[in-house]
Amino acid sequence: MEKTFIKALTDIVGESYTLTDKESLACYGYDSTPELESKPGVVVLPGNLEEISRIMALAHDAGVRVTPRGSGTNLSGGSISFDAGVILQTSRMNRILEIDEENLTATVETGVVTSTLHREVEAKGLFYPPDPGSMNISTMGGNVAENSGGLRGLKYGVTDDYVMGLKTVLANGEILKTGGKVVKDVAGYNLNQLLVSSEGTLGVFGEITVKLIPKPKTKKTMLVHFPQLEQAALTVSHIIAARIIPATLEFLDRVTIKCVEDYAHVGLPLDVDAVLLIEVDGHPAQVEEDAEGIRQICERHHCSYFQTAASADEALKLATARRVALSALARVKPTTILEDATVPRSCIAPMVKLIQETAKKYNLTIGTFGHAGDGNLHPTCLTDERDQDEIKRAHAAFGEIFDATIAMGGTITGEHGVGVAKKKYLPKLVGESGIKVMRGIKGAFDPNGILNPGKIF
Amino acid sequence: MDYVKLINCMRCGMCLPHCPTYKETFLETASPRGRVALVRKFQEGELVDTDQFLEYVSLCLDCQACASACPCGVNAGELVAEFRCEKKAGQGLSIIENAILRQLVPHPDRLEAATAPLRLYQLSGLQKLVRSLGLLKMFPAALGRMEGLLPKLPGAPLRKTIDEVTPAQGTEKGTVGFFLGCVMSLIFSEASIATVELLSSLGYKVVTPKDQKCCGAPNMLGHDFEGVKQAARFNTDLFEGDAYDFIVTDCGGCGAELKKYGHHLDGEAKATAFSSKVRDISEILANEAGALKEKLKPLNLKVTYHDPCHIAHCQGIRSQPRALINLVPGIDFRELPEADACCGSAGTYNIEKPEMSDRVLARKLANVEKTGADYLVTSNPGCLLQLKKAMAEQLPQVKVIHLTELLQMSMNG
Repeated sequence: MEKTFIKALTDIVGESYTLTDKESLACYGYDSTPELESKPGVVVLPGNLEEISRIMALAHDAGVRVTPRGSGTNLSGGSISFDAGVILQTSRMNRILEIDEENLTATVETGVVTSTLHREVEAKGLFYPPDPGSMNISTMGGNVAENSGGLRGLKYGVTDDYVMGLKTVLANGEILKTGGKVVKDVAGYNLNQLLVSSEGTLGVFGEITVKLIPKPKTKKTMLVHFPQLEQAALTVSHIIAARIIPATLEFLDRVTIKCVEDYAHVGLPLDVDAVLLIEVDGHPAQVEEDAEGIRQICERHHCSYFQTAASADEALKLATARRVALSALARVKPTTILEDATVPRSCIAPMVKLIQETAKKYNLTIGTFGHAGDGNLHPTCLTDERDQDEIKRAHAAFGEIFDATIAMGGTITGEHGVGVAKKKYLPKLVGESGIKVMRGIKGAFDPNGILNPGKIF
Repeated sequence: MDYVKLINCMRCGMCLPHCPTYKETFLETASPRGRVALVRKFQEGELVDTDQFLEYVSLCLDCQACASACPCGVNAGELVAEFRCEKKAGQGLSIIENAILRQLVPHPDRLEAATAPLRLYQLSGLQKLVRSLGLLKMFPAALGRMEGLLPKLPGAPLRKTIDEVTPAQGTEKGTVGFFLGCVMSLIFSEASIATVELLSSLGYKVVTPKDQKCCGAPNMLGHDFEGVKQAARFNTDLFEGDAYDFIVTDCGGCGAELKKYGHHLDGEAKATAFSSKVRDISEILANEAGALKEKLKPLNLKVTYHDPCHIAHCQGIRSQPRALINLVPGIDFRELPEADACCGSAGTYNIEKPEMSDRVLARKLANVEKTGADYLVTSNPGCLLQLKKAMAEQLPQVKVIHLTELLQMSMNG
């Protein structure tokens, strides 16, 4: 990295926010993606939108590549700079600028942590539903860039259902304002939606305005055991068919159940195929009715156990199994490869079966849990990065799993993004014309290709 | 160091929002995930221990909030401490660290002797004189800080004056061995007197062996593992046998260390048995909630609670102290935002890294102020030292007391 360039960055953000020491570069060379690592040339931490704009203008003129990074919780290598470029780290920009109770919107800086926004809006009786697993540290900018989902996706949708306005710094430093606080806006192309899930390749978000909704009055949590996988999957389909949309409809498979029980001793039986965690929320009367409907459907499908939480504490207890699923799996072996293959919900049973058979074929341990309600599964391979042979088998297995996902009409990634980890699968999913259109869009936004290069395609 | 422990970190970042130094800096190098990466890269030979490197790892408070937050069981705080311990073993300690952590604190007799002049110094009014003349400015900064941290000392160390056996009141339920922490004995004797009184009033015979020695935690901080083992052996022998139903302490730091004796002595049966009997005072009292409640009289106070790291993160005790505070009729309990975040005391951290310690402390004070409480309850001498001084200077309306002092106050009405 050229000294004059670093000096110019220092002039923008100050010396303490321009990091070039070996230790810092090493620490910004990874995100949460296993096996991927690459040191940037410099790390810069802007304090406001204006500074992002000046950094981008500088990089544009110098032809230096820039990778935006929130808290580094990305699971597809999207926030790693693979060509010793600039890591543009947004964590300092953490102010909630406004909670507008008349228009039901919140405007935040890009580095605001998702759960901080949850807390602040819920204190006002409002609700921002997207709740990715990393919400306690993930940033809003990162959530928008990856279009993050979460447990509440089935009923409430994902990040792009809430983004109303953006202030985005383009590759040349210009600030693009899209959308705003209006619910209806058909003036020109819907650039908001285009920018959501652009994975840092089209622009750097500076400010984000999201839609808020009233906080549901009450909720009810249920835990159900199923001796047979097919019955659990049918239950999921039949709940939806009965016009009940739970806020949460989560699933654990047999491998995950065993790991959870070994770790947390929550009293799960080891002889069942599936556990469902179901949560309904809304008006008390509606919640009662939905919960009763769900109970009947579960019993009709031969659940071996059905429990409804009587209190908030008990609800927390019931949710423990799902909450600790990833921890429980991650503790088994040093390396955890967590994927997010997503299928139409009618295909959950065949998909889980296929994952289990593939694991067996490649002699791997893969636990599957996830958001059964929206078909977003997390097959999680427990392995050891030092065992090259096993790692190779894991990649081969996931290759087959993704092929099957596509064949079932699903997608290779429901919430983690393509980044570099899924790049090779994308053409299979979107085809040549899909890639061509995406490249065209990229060219229109970033003709010199300096923004998060090498990601997506 | 066990390499597997380092690669177990899956870099999910769940530790970041819980790390006091990350919350202050937003820098990956000041986060648990970053520190594990640094130590790992050192082990792999990619990084060397430059001054900058050591500066980054030594910014860790070792509060272990990261361990509580880690989904896959990595204890970044402990790994960093272990790394520093291995480094220090070769290099030796700073003069201050050596004096405090190895030569002084682990030896109750020396510590008591050393603090005797201090007691005299405070009693004689010299302290006021020294402070008012600003003589401390002439001391090295670290010594000046230490002096400022010391509250008014009791007339004599409790270890010297406490009865070896305090009988149970009413029907005797059992016998507990009281492990009297050094700092509790020297500085916060009133809290430990309250502890004994509470136990006795609930029907426990309390035995406080006068020969007991330091728990070994300062040796650990001083990277002196041999000293830790010696302490573990000595205290295990002292409290041996079936005479005690429990071994109780009202010092979070001691409790955390005592519970690890089994581990320190490689799973030796006697040490494991000892550790399994160790209880923090709040654990014992919470089990006696019914009986205790009958003895408590109303206190119309606004109270909040600070979780000491050694209680919440090292021992996993969170609900018991809160339940006990809520037992007191009339108390308006207000949960402290970020209650389990370190107060910045962290062993000798507040002396060694004053700037970061002050930032962490300022956050704690701001949170305490938000609650509007007039009493801040906690249960670890390090936190008491740090918070009493800070409150006296910056939020004088808030009194800082040990949990047992609050309960005693309520019991006495």
